[in-house]
Amino acid sequence: MDASRRNKLLIGLGVVGAILIGKLFYIQIVDDRYKRDASNNSMVYETIYPTRGVIYDRNGKIIVGNKIAYDILVTPREVRPFDTLALAAALEVDPLFIREKMKEYERSRSRIGYQSVVMLKQISPERYMKFAELKYLFPGFEGQVRSIRDYPVNAGGNLLGYVSEVDADYIKRHEGQYRPGDYAGKTGIEAAREQDLRGEKGYHIYLRDSRNRIQTAYMDGAMDKDAVPGNDIVTTIDADLQQYGQELMRNKVGSVVAIEPSTGEILAMISSPGIDVAMLADIGQHYNEIASDPYKPMFNRTVQASYPPGSVFKLVNGLIGLQEGVLRPEMTYPCNNGYAYSSNRKLGCHTHRSPLNLKEAIMMSCNGYFCYVLRSILENKKYKSTAEAFDKWREYVTSFGLGNKLGSDFPSELGGNVPTSKYYDKIYGKNGWRFPTIVSLSIGQGEMGVTPLQIANLCATVANRGYYYIPHIVKDSENVRIDDRFREKKYTLVDTTEFYKVIDGMYLAVNGGAGSGGTAVSAAVPGLDICGKTGTAQNPRGADNSVFICFAPKDNPKIAIAAYIENAGFGATWACPIASLLVEKYLTGTIREERKYVEQRVLDGDLMSRVKTD
Amino acid sequence: MYNSPQRTLKQSIDWKLVICYLVLVLIGWVNIYAASHAAEGTAMLDFSVRSGKQFVWILSSLGLAALILFVFNPRLWEVISVPTYLLVLVLLVAVIVLGVEVKGSRSWFALGPVRFQPAEISKIATSLVLAAVMSRPGFKLTKKMDLLKVAATVGLPMLIILAESETGSALVYLGFVFVLYREGLSGWFLVAIGAAVLLFILTLTASPYASVLTLIGMTGLFYYAHTGKLRRWPWMEGLAIVFLAFLPKLLALFTTLAPMTALAGICILMLLWLAWKALRTRDNALWLTIAAFVVGIALIFSTDFIFNNVLQDHQRKRIEVLLGLKEDPAGVGYNVNQSMIAIGSGGLFGKGFLHGTQTAYGFVPEQSTDFIFCTVGEEWGFFGCLVVILLYIFMISRIIIDAEHCRESYTRIYGYCVASLIFMHLFINIGMTIGLVPVIGIPLPFLSYGGSSLWAFTILLFIFLALYRQERKYF
Repeated sequence: MDASRRNKLLIGLGVVGAILIGKLFYIQIVDDRYKRDASNNSMVYETIYPTRGVIYDRNGKIIVGNKIAYDILVTPREVRPFDTLALAAALEVDPLFIREKMKEYERSRSRIGYQSVVMLKQISPERYMKFAELKYLFPGFEGQVRSIRDYPVNAGGNLLGYVSEVDADYIKRHEGQYRPGDYAGKTGIEAAREQDLRGEKGYHIYLRDSRNRIQTAYMDGAMDKDAVPGNDIVTTIDADLQQYGQELMRNKVGSVVAIEPSTGEILAMISSPGIDVAMLADIGQHYNEIASDPYKPMFNRTVQASYPPGSVFKLVNGLIGLQEGVLRPEMTYPCNNGYAYSSNRKLGCHTHRSPLNLKEAIMMSCNGYFCYVLRSILENKKYKSTAEAFDKWREYVTSFGLGNKLGSDFPSELGGNVPTSKYYDKIYGKNGWRFPTIVSLSIGQGEMGVTPLQIANLCATVANRGYYYIPHIVKDSENVRIDDRFREKKYTLVDTTEFYKVIDGMYLAVNGGAGSGGTAVSAAVPGLDICGKTGTAQNPRGADNSVFICFAPKDNPKIAIAAYIENAGFGATWACPIASLLVEKYLTGTIREERKYVEQRVLDGDLMSRVKTD
Repeated sequence: MYNSPQRTLKQSIDWKLVICYLVLVLIGWVNIYAASHAAEGTAMLDFSVRSGKQFVWILSSLGLAALILFVFNPRLWEVISVPTYLLVLVLLVAVIVLGVEVKGSRSWFALGPVRFQPAEISKIATSLVLAAVMSRPGFKLTKKMDLLKVAATVGLPMLIILAESETGSALVYLGFVFVLYREGLSGWFLVAIGAAVLLFILTLTASPYASVLTLIGMTGLFYYAHTGKLRRWPWMEGLAIVFLAFLPKLLALFTTLAPMTALAGICILMLLWLAWKALRTRDNALWLTIAAFVVGIALIFSTDFIFNNVLQDHQRKRIEVLLGLKEDPAGVGYNVNQSMIAIGSGGLFGKGFLHGTQTAYGFVPEQSTDFIFCTVGEEWGFFGCLVVILLYIFMISRIIIDAEHCRESYTRIYGYCVASLIFMHLFINIGMTIGLVPVIGIPLPFLSYGGSSLWAFTILLFIFLALYRQERKYF
């Protein structure tokens, strides 16, 4: 090839080089627009923060709204000598605080430059008005409106969650979505629906002159962007029920979860002790106080605490036995204050008449009976080994939503634990374990853990006679759609017909009448047809946990509820009245006169001293 | 033939290129330090910051360069070119599935803390294979089969990279057209690409009507230039275009006919007449002209479609900002605006090392990677920019001249590939920082922060130096 093509390419290279250099010459030397821009920093963007979406309860009551607060901004370069005492009085702060702050700005003046920094956060409009009257005396100090959260109902900090300023780590995890100074929901509903609630920021653009004074709106505001407010959220929570539950749970450690069985909607979700909503709006100020509380109010027990389910788990074992054909409702087993699972060891039971059939065993919560049930499941000849029968059992148990996360829309949900045969193989060796080894699973003790949400869901499953909807806290609305998985029935592996046999026992446990031996007769409310099951779960740290699940009415249940109270003793003593009061309140709107004393006893009860803290 | 004595090591290496490389790398390092200094406020060799890390990249690059120059047999590259190329294709596809997402494109592999982009190696592999394919005996770009082979070699990685939404890296592959031109591709290809870009821009900024007029003018020029009667163009067609330019006004005076409809009618009549003429005189150039016109029309009327449907949102915005169709000082326009302010404020001699305010205080995004040239422009001024651009031009032209001196076509073609790739990066990257080219995120060779890119360009350049050294040793 001749050299002319090389030359043409070289000339082309030269031309492109000349174009680049020419343009550089133009912007660096000829045109001084860019120099002026640089010394001015040209445009100033003022962020307009959107108002967060409002959170409603299922009846249209606002549970989280917004209110106005002010931040006090300082532009250190513009501050002239001022009367510190007067400013301190206007802002209602300690003069030392202001001196301290001014010193700090002086130290980092090169970093701050012409920018403004926040000196005081979220002061109330009343306080701000005092300052605003005297503002002219303090050049460089400015108020900035901000919308903060307002909580008209005490629906519990763990449920609602808090909103706080994003930190570096959070910004990194949500790349490109947040900038320093933005707020985001960190826990609870605020976090679960952050994307809907947050809205979109807007900005004003101003031009700045060489002395850093804002001159005009850039292009008369044509390039400004309005903030888009966040979407409102309708939750499935019943604010009255939630608030009543909070009151009942005062001075007790534990959880209450209520679900509407026909939809899977969570009606109330109480973790006690919780964060008081009064602290939520400005969580930063109270953070240390909350974090150092020995009862761990930040810990959301409803979805994160894994407890042994206790006797309420007998329902599951009974249902599995029925489905597997190894248990028939009329079968009776003896119980002589317990079940002897080896020559010298016995799993104890309370005193009741013997023998019992299934209905009575549920009603009186007989431990012995359910040892026989689990034994017949695990020693079923259908299966080659205990391990195989156990895996089948586990398959049934997980179909009730236990052992795995339910997949609710509430954040940081945990899945609890249901052991596998491999787990026991590892401990005892293959074929090194038999039914007696794991006898405590018969009554919901031993190596298993479930969350209160899962227990409530179990109750809803029984109420529905065999299926559940994944529990959720956000209702479908025009602006905020919910996932299709919340509309799907999840069937257990147990047939619907089997559930009726168990529910009969639950009905009697509550409505058997005094002296019948029913464990939950104190929960009975005439006309409501409550069906329930008590539980008393061992707690290695002190007194037993008190458990109660119930649903009502028996036909077409409207509410299924689980109460789990730590270190409160028998299920009947605390969990049972709390759950039944909530059911009564939800279904009738009031508490009957003859049950007022129950309510009073619960409200007065203080079990905090029984709970061990470390 | 082998009568000249073997040259010594010292003589056989093109030291001027090596020095040029070293100077550029050093300039890059100094500016990376300046760009990250204010934010991090640390020493140049602090390994937790970018300048310290870049130092490690530079040292390892020098090691790589030495290996390539002194240890590996230069024949190696030709031998491994095909397997490497195939491996790279696999990696390019794999990264779409297995890669991590960085700024909207899936083109990075993450191996623990180390991330690398297969697109970087793909440039080297494509160059090596292209040189191997084109240096086969009997290869001629005029043969259809050979042209197809070349198109596949370059097109395949380019398309996969496009699928990774790394439009910038894919665009760089267009640079191989210069290599093809050098090896005998018709110059009209370059003209056609240029014309297509012009029509695209014209349709977006002015109107399709103006584009059609321009197309008529360009195809006419093509025909007359081809037949050697360029002097007749102004009389034959120039006047017609002037008339057509005023047609919309005339039409508006007398009729309600849309100018575009009238123009379409005129064009169809003209085309029919020209086709008839071409058929009668068997004028191939005329047929080609008609074909070019039809293709051009198709491009003009698909511009809107391409612009609105094929391009991604952010790409469309960048082009709109560049062409001044939309102002967006807070969004896309922000980068360009801030980058031009930074460079423009540098003046003749700049603000001095570490005295830049715009780049140092984070007004310019990506300042140590894609926008490193801003720091050069702000702190070293027009003078510094001039030096950097002249260094690049020296490097590229030096590679071209060296390549032309080679007797083996393999080395020559590879050399042209290297020159073209550096050129494309240079033009797109600097063009973007000064508002000549839409914002396309590709690094400035040797200057930008990042090991992946520095290694790739070092390997690319030093393979050429090694090949060239072998030529000098024996010829």
